Amino acid sequence: MADTTDAKNRRILRVPLHEVAHGRTGDKGNRSNISLIPYHDAAFPYLREQVTETAVKEHFAHKGASAVTRYELPTFPAFNFVIDDVLEGGVNGALNLDTHGKSFAFHLLAMEVDMPEDLVLHPEKGVR
Amino acid sequence: MSGKTVHIGCGAGFAGDRWDAAIPIVATLATREGPRYLMYETLAERTLALAQQAKIEDPSKGYSPYLERILRPVLAKAKESGIRVVSNFGAANPTAGAKRILEMAKEDGIADLKVAVVEGDDLTTVMTEGDIRGHKAVEGLAMPEGKLVAANVYLGAQAIADALAMGADVVVVGRCADPALALGPLIHEHGWTLDDLDRIAAGTMCGHLLECGAQVTGGYFADPGYKDVPDFGHVGFPIAEVQADGTVTITKADKTGGLVSHRTVKEQLLYEMHDPGNYLTPDVVLDITGVAIEEVGPDRVRITGAKGKQRPPTLKATVSFEGGWLGEGEITYAGPNARRRAELAIDVLRTRARDLGTNWPLRFDLIGTVSTFDGDGGDLRSGSDWNDDGEYRVRMATKGPDKQIAQWIADEVLSLYCSGPAGGGGVRHRIVPQITTASILVDRARVSASARLVEESA
Repeated sequence: MADTTDAKNRRILRVPLHEVAHGRTGDKGNRSNISLIPYHDAAFPYLREQVTETAVKEHFAHKGASAVTRYELPTFPAFNFVIDDVLEGGVNGALNLDTHGKSFAFHLLAMEVDMPEDLVLHPEKGVR
Repeated sequence: MSGKTVHIGCGAGFAGDRWDAAIPIVATLATREGPRYLMYETLAERTLALAQQAKIEDPSKGYSPYLERILRPVLAKAKESGIRVVSNFGAANPTAGAKRILEMAKEDGIADLKVAVVEGDDLTTVMTEGDIRGHKAVEGLAMPEGKLVAANVYLGAQAIADALAMGADVVVVGRCADPALALGPLIHEHGWTLDDLDRIAAGTMCGHLLECGAQVTGGYFADPGYKDVPDFGHVGFPIAEVQADGTVTITKADKTGGLVSHRTVKEQLLYEMHDPGNYLTPDVVLDITGVAIEEVGPDRVRITGAKGKQRPPTLKATVSFEGGWLGEGEITYAGPNARRRAELAIDVLRTRARDLGTNWPLRFDLIGTVSTFDGDGGDLRSGSDWNDDGEYRVRMATKGPDKQIAQWIADEVLSLYCSGPAGGGGVRHRIVPQITTASILVDRARVSASARLVEESA
């Protein structure tokens, strides 16, 4: 498949978010929050365009996510996603193995995004 | 403005944290000048409910069962070096915890140890169960059914500062906002007042960065090839240096592994935070959206620019109820056709649970596929193809009000040894009493926090 390039003639790769950013999950009640912190500050606008509230809600639909709020911290830069009703009752009520949802950051980091090659940690892992 | 630097180390980020984490913290603080503190955060929602049950069974119990394990290794050295200790390890019974610490001091030959408690978090002493149940639950959960076990409000930092003003070497708190364990000492040492919102915000942010222990020094951060952490097996716990103007520098204990970087600080800053412009605590509404995070040396990160807004009119409380029983069991299938044998085991367990005549919810996981990410319905797993060969571990979980039924269902996993598919091994099964919790918001006027020194019992 031919590479896609952007206006600056950079290769655009399709990669898991894990190649672009890191994050951590926290829980309160039946809500999760997941931070998303890019390795390269310049990735922030690409993430803002692609990792939308709608996309994240869809990504967690199988867990019953009812709403997603995205908070933007452009000077960090980072995002903070708050996902409602995603913990199947929370730490003291759920039947699942990870009742805190601690692993969820890595589910988010498995989401695929299109990213210029120079903003990706391991370009050889690109799938396009 | 005072030029002094307050040092605060954190020796535990949760009840099950490393028993010896505080030893390098105290060794490091002993070489520093000025006011020095050691905090431990040990009190999850469920931990406090269990402590309340322990107190009902034995009035001399109900403090953290980990208190002695984490405090004793450093208590003598801390006292000798002038390092004061602040912790919520009082759990449901701070006075009993304080008495145990005084006994430990006597046993270990530590003279003149002053121990204070902070009280006022136990709502059951000032409200009826009906009154507590009359509050609306927040954070997306309903008010649970079942017997009320505990109701505790998150206290702020002022009573901790008051305890320090009484000269306490150790302050034993029950439920308080975790950041208050750092903010209390900062109010006491820097003379901050609660209406100095930006300073209170800075102290709260400092406490938030410290409260999970190694989570700001490389713990829960390491991801090989992406975020590497040096000498990770010896990860050092954090120390904050705080100036009177609210400048916070996060570093860690000397001669330890781990990492303090702008990335470790950012992950922890956003941990368990919802709106970063409005983080609600008993003492202030914290806004971190404008903070500057600078690496100012090896394993040294300076954070400035926290903003504070008027504290909320209500206090958050956690209410805990008896929640019936969880039954669960696991068994592994490996080698050729393992996945199909595991799927057959799930079919058998489903049939047997149905034959028992219960309508309890059942969840089945196939560990080795997507068990942690999947929902109770298993949609993620069924939406993908998995190899038939390999290694898969079946997990079944159920919950309901009756202990005997929970045991019967869990035992069905054990029975797979002789009556299930070929080659199943490694069964673990258990039943666990459940505590369900919810959060409510309580009028501040209903709550009064106070500090008092505890005398050694005769």
